[in-house]
Amino acid sequence: MAPHTEQLTRPAVRLEGLTRSFEGRTVLDGVDLEIPAGQFVALLGHSGSGKSTLLRAVAGLDHEVTGSGRLTAPERVSVVFQDSRLLPWRRILPNVLLGLDGKDAEQRGRAALAEVGLAGRERAWPSELSGGEAQRAALARSLVREPELLLADEPFGALDALTRIRMHALLRELWKRHRPSVLLVTHDVDEAIVLADRVLVLEHGRIGLDLTIDRPHPRSYRDPLLSAYRTELLGALGVVEDTD
Amino acid sequence: MTAVTTTTVTAAPAAAPDERPRTRRSGLSPGRRLPAARLAGPLLVLALWAAASAAGRLDPAAVPAPWTVLRTGVHLWTDGTLAGDIATSLRRAGYGFAIGLTAGVVLALASGLSRAGEALIDGTVQLNRAIPTLGLIPLFILWLGIGETFKIAIIAIVVYIPIYLNTHAALAGIDHRFVELAEVQGLSRARFVREVVVPGALPGFFVGLRLGVTGSWLGLVVLEQINATSGLGYLMFQATNYGQSDVILVGLVVYGIFGLVSDSVVRLVERRVLSWRRTLSS
Repeated sequence: MAPHTEQLTRPAVRLEGLTRSFEGRTVLDGVDLEIPAGQFVALLGHSGSGKSTLLRAVAGLDHEVTGSGRLTAPERVSVVFQDSRLLPWRRILPNVLLGLDGKDAEQRGRAALAEVGLAGRERAWPSELSGGEAQRAALARSLVREPELLLADEPFGALDALTRIRMHALLRELWKRHRPSVLLVTHDVDEAIVLADRVLVLEHGRIGLDLTIDRPHPRSYRDPLLSAYRTELLGALGVVEDTD
Repeated sequence: MTAVTTTTVTAAPAAAPDERPRTRRSGLSPGRRLPAARLAGPLLVLALWAAASAAGRLDPAAVPAPWTVLRTGVHLWTDGTLAGDIATSLRRAGYGFAIGLTAGVVLALASGLSRAGEALIDGTVQLNRAIPTLGLIPLFILWLGIGETFKIAIIAIVVYIPIYLNTHAALAGIDHRFVELAEVQGLSRARFVREVVVPGALPGFFVGLRLGVTGSWLGLVVLEQINATSGLGYLMFQATNYGQSDVILVGLVVYGIFGLVSDSVVRLVERRVLSWRRTLSS
């Protein structure tokens, strides 16, 4: 535990006045944000609120976007996309090892696949996997690089509800074991509440709400104490819940 | 079977839909392929031809009987004429195809992977493509003489164009999401090209390859029939002068075998290399 507490003292991600705009429309308007090492953060927002823009900025994927501000991110960053983005012409293990070198790479790849419950599927083609399996393979691909920061852009958005619940448990489990900082972009308030220790709401190009969820894990979707957080987050998103 | 089922459903939509759900073919996939189904059509044509010849309904001077063609073929083979002509033709097509294949792939890679290459090459090839290659024959005869070089050059041009076009399109059309992925995974440019771009472009390359193979035979036929003193086309052209329709048919059969075998080889390689693809034809 000791190293973790030590890690928490320095931020993994720091954004200072981060601004990004597309064709004159300002999407991020001076975002200030610090994510301590090892923290699990969820980022909520309407579609078009700039959550993905923020994630892509942190991932370094926004080459041709105009913007300013300071951005510090760790060296080892992994990204999980909404689609699994497995290369269809590579079997699962080589997909997981994409960009990885070294003698023990294969060993690590197999271990990562076992961790996400895909042991034995190393030689399957991506087209043979279900949506949930493909996304688990994508998780393995990002974990095998031992990231200090894991960026996830609506990683479960395309999965069915049951698979999503299972993936939530898996992601939380993996986070507990490896302790990367996590920035999970989602539009699903419940997903954010169940998974993250801190939930941010992005509105008008800034962090509009910064909420620490102080409930032990594993959390249940039915936990009544979480509903206060839900109401607050939905309020920040401009949704008024019916109260009966 | 299917047709009947379909009509019943459309004509009487009220009929119980799940009466025989198991007997219906599933989905929109054309279903399982019959063994050796590809041969059924050609065999039927052959049977009709033989029957018509046997019944005396075909003029033997215009369309000789299958067995006459076979006998002529065996005769031409045993006296060495056919073997020599086939070798000549195969050499032309082979050299031309190999050069065209290499040029198509190299140019497509140069043009697809660098902006400078694209600026220099793509427009030039598009221009070349606009001129029907067989129209270049007179010019090439002037430049290269009427020997083998000019024939190989023309075949190479006929072959390289479809290979270039399809490979280049596939290289240029690589999915942007995979480019992002490669960046995120920290791939070097060389590895990105080797592990993402090239395998992603292979399906397009194979489309071009098959067109190129077909093109090489087409070029060969035209060249041999108008500007040759040896080869299969020349044999057939000579036969026209003597009214030997059986010899012409032997030539056509050999051309057909060339085409069929080469296309099968390409398909086989394609299936091996692109085994990750699951399409309608698998």
